[in-house]
Amino acid sequence: MSKLHVTTTVNGDEVEYLCDPRETLLDCLRDKLNLTGAKEGCGTGDCGACSVTVDGRLVCSCLMLGVEAEGKQIETVEGIADGDVLHPLQKKFIEYAALQCGICTPGILVAAKSLLEKNPDPTEEEARYWLAGNLCRCTGYDKIIRAVMDTAAELREAS
Amino acid sequence: MALDDQKSIFTFVGTRPDRPDGLDKVTGRARFGADAHAPGMLHGAILRSPHAHARIVKIDASKAEALKDVKAVVTRADFAEVPFEPGLEGEFWNVLENVMAGEKTLYDGHAVAAVAATSALAARDALKLIEVEYEVLPHVTDVDKAMEADAPVIREGAADYSVPEGMHPNVVRYHESGHGDVEAGFAEADLVVEDSFVTEATHQGYIEPHACLGSLGTDGKGELWCTTQGHWIAQKTCAALLGIETSQLRVTASEIGGGFGGKTTVFIEPVALALSRKANRPVKLVMNRSEVFRATGPTSSASMDIKIGMKKDGTITAAEGTFRLQGGAFPGAPGDMTAMCAFAPYNLTNVRQVGYDVMANRPKQAAYRAPGAPMGAFAVESVLDELCNQLGLDPVDMRLKNAAAEGSKASYGPTYERIGLVETLEAAKAHPHYSAPLKPGQGRGISCGFWFNHGGETSVSLALSEDGSAQVMVGTPDIGGSRASMALMAAEILGIPYENIRVTIADTASLGYNDVSHGSRVTYASGLATIKAAKHAVEKLCERAAAKWGIPVDAVKWENGCAVPSGPNAGDFDPLPLADITADMGATGGPISGHFEATPEGAGVSFGTHIVDAEVDPETGKTSVTRYTVIQDAGKAIHPTYVEGQYQGGAAQGIGWALNEEYIYGEDGRLQNSIFLDYRIPVASDLPMIDTVIVEVPNPGHPFGVRGVGETGIVPPLAAIANAVSNAAGVRMRQLPMSPPRILAALKDK
Repeated sequence: MSKLHVTTTVNGDEVEYLCDPRETLLDCLRDKLNLTGAKEGCGTGDCGACSVTVDGRLVCSCLMLGVEAEGKQIETVEGIADGDVLHPLQKKFIEYAALQCGICTPGILVAAKSLLEKNPDPTEEEARYWLAGNLCRCTGYDKIIRAVMDTAAELREAS
Repeated sequence: MALDDQKSIFTFVGTRPDRPDGLDKVTGRARFGADAHAPGMLHGAILRSPHAHARIVKIDASKAEALKDVKAVVTRADFAEVPFEPGLEGEFWNVLENVMAGEKTLYDGHAVAAVAATSALAARDALKLIEVEYEVLPHVTDVDKAMEADAPVIREGAADYSVPEGMHPNVVRYHESGHGDVEAGFAEADLVVEDSFVTEATHQGYIEPHACLGSLGTDGKGELWCTTQGHWIAQKTCAALLGIETSQLRVTASEIGGGFGGKTTVFIEPVALALSRKANRPVKLVMNRSEVFRATGPTSSASMDIKIGMKKDGTITAAEGTFRLQGGAFPGAPGDMTAMCAFAPYNLTNVRQVGYDVMANRPKQAAYRAPGAPMGAFAVESVLDELCNQLGLDPVDMRLKNAAAEGSKASYGPTYERIGLVETLEAAKAHPHYSAPLKPGQGRGISCGFWFNHGGETSVSLALSEDGSAQVMVGTPDIGGSRASMALMAAEILGIPYENIRVTIADTASLGYNDVSHGSRVTYASGLATIKAAKHAVEKLCERAAAKWGIPVDAVKWENGCAVPSGPNAGDFDPLPLADITADMGATGGPISGHFEATPEGAGVSFGTHIVDAEVDPETGKTSVTRYTVIQDAGKAIHPTYVEGQYQGGAAQGIGWALNEEYIYGEDGRLQNSIFLDYRIPVASDLPMIDTVIVEVPNPGHPFGVRGVGETGIVPPLAAIANAVSNAAGVRMRQLPMSPPRILAALKDK
């Protein structure tokens, strides 16, 4: 099967790759662009470890084909920090120990950032429902939710 | 191990610094199992049996091998011949048989062949061209049915010496223990409650699927990168299964995306190496989620009978339990552990417990956080709750009345040293949760839990750098923040800042043998070894200072990161900081390192008490956990935030097990729910905040008093939640998970 040429923008950088029409965006990010921050936990859109944003919309990159990225703006966990300055969510996740093994962390950070951009003042319940698509098996979510809520409060104070 | 100098005042230990690997883990930089690449790398894929039990008549891979993208196909013939032995004596044979089927496939998902090709898609396509002829055999997946006389035999000769005559060949190990006279005890009781319980198999559910990258040459030398809880066991097992020397295989542990016991063995690693040897190129193998569910470590399902006698004042007069655990098509179901843990929280005069290890046509069970203990606790603590309800007793007071303490003879044999169960119960009673009013439709449940904890073979090295910083090399993969606790313990001894210590998980070529990160042993055993290695380095630092000052080494002591003259020489010289000694160590005797290796045996058993409030919706059968409090003895919490994390994680996994998670097999013996959509683990909107109380009753077997904290947290939840649900619904729940259909059925039969 012949491969297709794709031009897209990832974390602000224009990139190109050749992909099989069956390959997912996640496959292309990880195997062609060496952006291994997004993880494959399930391949069926149930765990959220592969979360990225495409034109500002939160998606599971395992549910999108690589060819569909043509001309899009994609943001991954590798693009969350501003150079050497961590995003407040990243700082709070470390401070709160909102990760144990860390495999779900990239997806949760992408999803949480997306939440706070849409809703700077979420209730705990709203945060829990927004993140219900991101499985974490280690933490019981307690410290994750606390880190997200505290980041939201800090960002509101700063703005 | 006698430790005369247990420390109780700390500078670093007990603080909550950021974890050393935090930046890597929030930026996507951390490299997990599937994140490795190698020059010339091929991709592997595994063909799996669609049958629960079948004889392999023929495998024809010629069409796959003819594809130009395919570089190797392997079957069982490509592995070493490993001797078969009964029970767990032949564990290498069991693992090999699980990694790649021999004459029969033993469960839905059992590997039968594997392919290496130039891309992952090409490898998957090639699998479709491998033709396997099966002769389908009768199967059994239920534990009770597997013990019946007419059940299909999984494998003759698998039972070990412990199994009494006359049992079905599927019963492969047997355990019996206890003390006193249970019949006499039951005769003394005012009330005897007898009941039976069932729990379904659950999966550890780590979010990272198994993944590895293996390279093995025809010269018998190899490299393996894999996500594992223990790379030395991976090294030893892969070497045995491939017929190479252990030391010729260097294994590096990747960052690990969860394990919970499920990554303490190998599945795909020997297959990747066999493919690599045949193709003469590195091979990457990554499981998909369905493969993880179908072919890796679920926990055992269980069927249990409990009988407990009690006096009106709450004194337990006798306790008896029978625990039948199904562990898949291989020996290993922890019926012995279930039996030994079930009554362990209580100081009993008369107790008897029996455990069975039963084989069935399911995947080989793997350890899951306190393996075997949660099911037994569910059964026993449910009966205790029923006794309290019928006798009108407070469940915490009843447990306090019977609680084991220092000097109690444990139900499984030994006499307890200093333990903290009573302290957790007293903390439960004093906790505002315990006296908070319940709303209509809610129920409260209490349970205690016990786990042994483990020491294990451990080796740690510590090296000081010229600038006064230190590197610590441990052999236990960091599965939840252990680099932070190692650095804290090293800082405490060396007296240098936490930030100046780098902790590395060494590969198998860089350190002596280390057991797996399991048994709640890392902070205990690697921690103990880190402390001892740091003390070893401090001895050398003191020697250098003594030589410099021209005084005897026993006249030098180590204080706050400095060598200080003591005794008759006190005050003669200024304190000499660590960095001043290391600055010229090359000229004063060479590099300064510390090392320690041992199999520490003072792990210190662990207890916890959980309080749960649950609300049952009688319309839908859905249960909501509305409040949850974990109280557990940590001995000494090195990094309290990560201790809390272990408590919360154990509770959350327990909630999933109690309410929703289960392996569902069809009549055809095939797993029906092998993706996260159908096997639903708790999500953020399912759970409340999980409150924690860290009790600290120091473990006499660790220099700082540490007890492992990882596993005990999953022991009480099943029972505590079942008790809460039973009290809310007004009907005793005897089967887990308490999914909505089971709740509705129980309400209907009330």
